[in-house]
Amino acid sequence: MGGLDIAQVVGLSLYVSLTATVLTSLIGLPLGAFLALKRFRGSWLMRTGVYALFALPSVVVGLVVYELLSHSGPLGFLDWLWTPIGMVLAESVLIFPLVTGLTMAAVSDVDESVRLTVRTLGANNRQLMLRVMHEARFGIFGAVMVGFGRAISEVGAVYMVGGNIAGSTQVITTAILQRTQMGDFDTAFVLAGILMIIAFTIFFVVREIQERG
Amino acid sequence: MPARVASTNKTKLLTSAVVFTVIVLVATGLAISGVFSPSESKIVLATTTSTQNSGLLDYILPDFKSKYNVRVDVVAVGSGQALENAKRGDADVVLSHAPSLEAPFMDQGYGVYRRQVMYNQFALVGPSSDPAGVASAWSAASAFRKIADNSSTFLSRSDNSGTYTKELQIWGLAGLDAGQFDPQWYKEVGKGMEDTLRMADGMDGYTLTDEGTYFSLITSLNLVELFRNDTALFNQYSVIPVNPAKNPNVNVRFGMLFAEWIVSPATQELIASYSANGHQLFYPNAEP
Repeated sequence: MGGLDIAQVVGLSLYVSLTATVLTSLIGLPLGAFLALKRFRGSWLMRTGVYALFALPSVVVGLVVYELLSHSGPLGFLDWLWTPIGMVLAESVLIFPLVTGLTMAAVSDVDESVRLTVRTLGANNRQLMLRVMHEARFGIFGAVMVGFGRAISEVGAVYMVGGNIAGSTQVITTAILQRTQMGDFDTAFVLAGILMIIAFTIFFVVREIQERG
Repeated sequence: MPARVASTNKTKLLTSAVVFTVIVLVATGLAISGVFSPSESKIVLATTTSTQNSGLLDYILPDFKSKYNVRVDVVAVGSGQALENAKRGDADVVLSHAPSLEAPFMDQGYGVYRRQVMYNQFALVGPSSDPAGVASAWSAASAFRKIADNSSTFLSRSDNSGTYTKELQIWGLAGLDAGQFDPQWYKEVGKGMEDTLRMADGMDGYTLTDEGTYFSLITSLNLVELFRNDTALFNQYSVIPVNPAKNPNVNVRFGMLFAEWIVSPATQELIASYSANGHQLFYPNAEP
């Protein structure tokens, strides 16, 4: 049986999930805060939409992103199919609603009096948003970590867009799937152990930080 | 206002750090995705799970890589999906085992040519008690008919794979329509060969399998091989370089290089020398 470079597989998993989380947070955090604070025509619909997309199945994301990146699809010219950057895109789409929605919830939870006080002190919209986000920082941090957790444990979308190519787009989850199919349960369990360690580490970091808050 | 100044500096520092991180992450992603080096020598081989999970590709591909210094990215899916990926220009060469799907693919001009590479057999496997008595059948079709007559548990891939295509063909030869079967005994599992074998093992059911996958898992299964040796159970693998006329980005030069390599006498010998658990898995039969 072919050798499996476990360090490479784990490294790629961490890289893809981390990048997807950072890129998603860049847009998701401000958008979540904005949707929590602003009331405008259609804002209710957008908030509901973000929550509804929590249930977005990863295979649907995989299918849609495959269609986009396929060489006969609209973004085929990028040549991103079967590549790590394509997987980053798929995971970003998948966790975007989660990061945005949980940020929205955290910001909404900030006491009304904080907003009023900040307003009274003459803050503009941007200052208000930054202040409230600061108050909600533990919740927002939790949102980011949940996003990362979902990304690193993702199978369906990265399988369909990355192709599980050994040495190139194989990540921990898809490697577990393949090794199990091959009857190589030993390797599958080693990989599963690594994935569990990463997942629990995330959980404990989140708990620790939120406890302190 | 010194506090205010400090806070602004902190914000600037934080912003720079974020921007820097994003640039590094994205640049790394583009680099490892080969976006900066499109001329890098690599091809995408779309193939069936049986060639990869049996370990055959891991065994023969290093030879191709060392001869031509071309990397082969293997996307292992069902034959149906492999051909569909190729139609969209998402693969340069296909190695599949579904003649009835390959024929229309060729007719529609998606392939440059199709050459046979190797074969193995499909076999009917099931519990050693053999409740339907298929071991004594005189043909694959009659074995299948016995299972249906007896309403014995049968697991069907039902996934547009080469194996499923073959299964439907044999039901057809038996004069039966799988669409009419009672799901009580005819279970459409929609999974790959390995999962289907494991499920059949757990349910004491029959299933049709390619021998390659079966032999590579044999040590962890109780299922026994009950019927083989019928020309209807012949499992032919063919290689098809994808036609760039349909998708200009297809790398036909390396696609054809790969096809020529896999049918070459040296590679054919390599294929013949591959075995798992003491069984030869694939029998090369390229025509010179």
